[in-house]
Amino acid sequence: MGIPYYPGCTLSTKAKNYDRSGRAVAAALGGDGRFELEELPEWQCCGATFPLMVDDSMALIAPTRVLYQAQQAGERVATLCAICFNVLRRSQALLERDPEMLERINWFTEQEYRGDVRVVHFLEVLRDDLGWEALAERVVEPLTGLRVAPYYGCLLLRPYEEIGLDDPESPVILHDLVRALGAEPVDFPYSIECCGSYLTVKDPQVSETLSKDVVASARERGAQAIVTACPLCQFNLDYPQRETEAGRTGNEIPVLYFTQLMAVALGLPEDTWGFEDHYVDPRRGLTL
Amino acid sequence: MNYRACVIGAGIGGMQAALDIADSGFEVVLVERAPSIGGHMAQLSETFPTLDCSQCILTPRTVEVGQHPNIRLLTLSEVVSVEGEVGNFRVRIRRHPRYVIEEKCTACGDCAKVCPVVVPNEFDRGLAARRAIYIPHPQAVPAVYRLDPDACLGLFPLACGKCGEACERQAINYDMAPEIVEVDVGAIVVATGYELYQDEAVMAYAYMDHPNVMDGLEFERLLSASGPTGGELIRPSDGKVPREVVFIQCAGSRNPEHGLPYCSKICCMYTAKHAILYKHRVPDGQVYVFYIDIRAGGKGYEEFVTRAMEEDDTVYIRGRVSKVFSQNGKVVVWGVDTLTERKVEVAADMVVVAAAIVPSAGNWGLSQVLGIDVDEFGFYTAPDAEMTPVESGVPGVFLAGACLGPQDIPETVAQASGAAAKVLAFLDAQKAQERRKARAHEAGAHGAELVSNQPVVSSEGR
Repeated sequence: MGIPYYPGCTLSTKAKNYDRSGRAVAAALGGDGRFELEELPEWQCCGATFPLMVDDSMALIAPTRVLYQAQQAGERVATLCAICFNVLRRSQALLERDPEMLERINWFTEQEYRGDVRVVHFLEVLRDDLGWEALAERVVEPLTGLRVAPYYGCLLLRPYEEIGLDDPESPVILHDLVRALGAEPVDFPYSIECCGSYLTVKDPQVSETLSKDVVASARERGAQAIVTACPLCQFNLDYPQRETEAGRTGNEIPVLYFTQLMAVALGLPEDTWGFEDHYVDPRRGLTL
Repeated sequence: MNYRACVIGAGIGGMQAALDIADSGFEVVLVERAPSIGGHMAQLSETFPTLDCSQCILTPRTVEVGQHPNIRLLTLSEVVSVEGEVGNFRVRIRRHPRYVIEEKCTACGDCAKVCPVVVPNEFDRGLAARRAIYIPHPQAVPAVYRLDPDACLGLFPLACGKCGEACERQAINYDMAPEIVEVDVGAIVVATGYELYQDEAVMAYAYMDHPNVMDGLEFERLLSASGPTGGELIRPSDGKVPREVVFIQCAGSRNPEHGLPYCSKICCMYTAKHAILYKHRVPDGQVYVFYIDIRAGGKGYEEFVTRAMEEDDTVYIRGRVSKVFSQNGKVVVWGVDTLTERKVEVAADMVVVAAAIVPSAGNWGLSQVLGIDVDEFGFYTAPDAEMTPVESGVPGVFLAGACLGPQDIPETVAQASGAAAKVLAFLDAQKAQERRKARAHEAGAHGAELVSNQPVVSSEGR
């Protein structure tokens, strides 16, 4: 029996490689399939943003529906997308501390969500259920000598009171994962700075300026790859490094999902890596 | 009844209390944990707002304490228990072995010359090194070396013994053991001072891992003429003169999220002092001070900060710092200027962090020994802070200085004199009463009328 899994829209479209590599590594972790990501039989949009207004019950309907769908499948639901994770975990926290709101939403959706599904990120499953040492034991192609900059972004960590996944100022979870895979985590000052987020749609120049600083800082620290857990971070860091008419600068750094890095280290077949969907082909940086 | 006082802590506060009491003719037992007295004030370069040389105004006091016939100084010592009550306290003090016989040592330094162990010198905040056998600084009182058992290659059994061979006066005794001293005193003054907050992770500046990022006391040592650089302002990493220096106020202070909501009170002033002293040494250098707001409540204080801003041409930025990291040999500081609402980035050569004032590590333990209250941050509290600010609530136990909360030197000295006055008033009253009793006894013996125990109040002129 695996873990109920909520992929979300991005992992079904733009970030299929995150989804594919994620499911593949989860299945490859063994343990009689107890880490396997089992997609919810029926799911819909998570709501995409957590409502910041005090009385915005409308925006809580979508995440509550997802939580209800998860309730049908088990006690917890795992996500890969940091945005879905953030919205669902925070909505869950809100419904837990506000039973009236839960009642109100249930009345509207005509569903009986009990309010106790645990929303976890797959990184937490790796850390808390499997453990880094056990993960290291499963590595068959250690990424020895590879310098990887862990990029956390914001939604995986903040706000700490509701997310509580790791220290929001000095997170280590991706560092630990990188280390378990045999690679060397590269500390860089921009690892928790903003990637530009949705401004990539509204005001791409602003987000490109921000994300280029992130990539430049990782490069200065000698990183050969950047690893992230968020499809929007991945896009915002990767896309501005695309090949233009001017050609390549040669300074590009591939931006990978942690699941892709795992797929390589666990020795999974190349068709699970999903490297073809990148603007900067990871095979160059990784010399694979 | 014991006409003797015990003062715990020999920083500027404890020394002031001890001198006031001793000068009035009562004996004082002065207990200090460190190998020498003077506390943090001995580490300072200059004091605000007068820019007096700290050592110059302190050294006469430390010497006086060291030589005072009424003061018994116990360094490397800790109070372990207190029994009894006001007028009759029995204080047990553990004296840690110095391994150097105080009466024999002439502080010639022959021992340190042969010592093979090099460790950071705490007095210089790690900016300079010392040997395992050392004197904290040249003006130390007592002017006696000390063997640090943690740094020494081994005492039990003796692994090296070079210092013992080098000492002509045979002042080194490797077999010294801890000793318990018991003293009977009538009153106690607690002046255990403060420390700087060290939890850099909480401050989110991760400052201690970079040699050019330092706290205020380290910067004091760097400025000090008796410091490791002889007062030359150079940065620790490469010995170059820093051209751009960032000062960060409220590092840890006024931060309810991280458990220190209080203002550390002295940082606005000492940062202004640091900025001024830096500009005096590097006139073409650039200073940036990040502050929340300026709290310069004190005589001449506001003028002092204004002088730092205007006469010494420093840049004060109203906003907090979010991150400090090293890049390309510089220390990059990210912050915000809340007046212009802009993000600020400074690539500095050096960063000085005004870390929060926290109570000394031993405060809590001592509060248990004495039965006095501490607040949620570990500072001692006077139950009636308005009307009797130096009274601990335990009769006969008085408080002074930064162990009560962040305090500058003048305040500490004033409180110490206040505490000493309370001790003296009590001891004097007891003595007067004893005299009256003696007189009454004498008078009674001669068959005269009974003399009241109460003070005689004249009704004339009322």
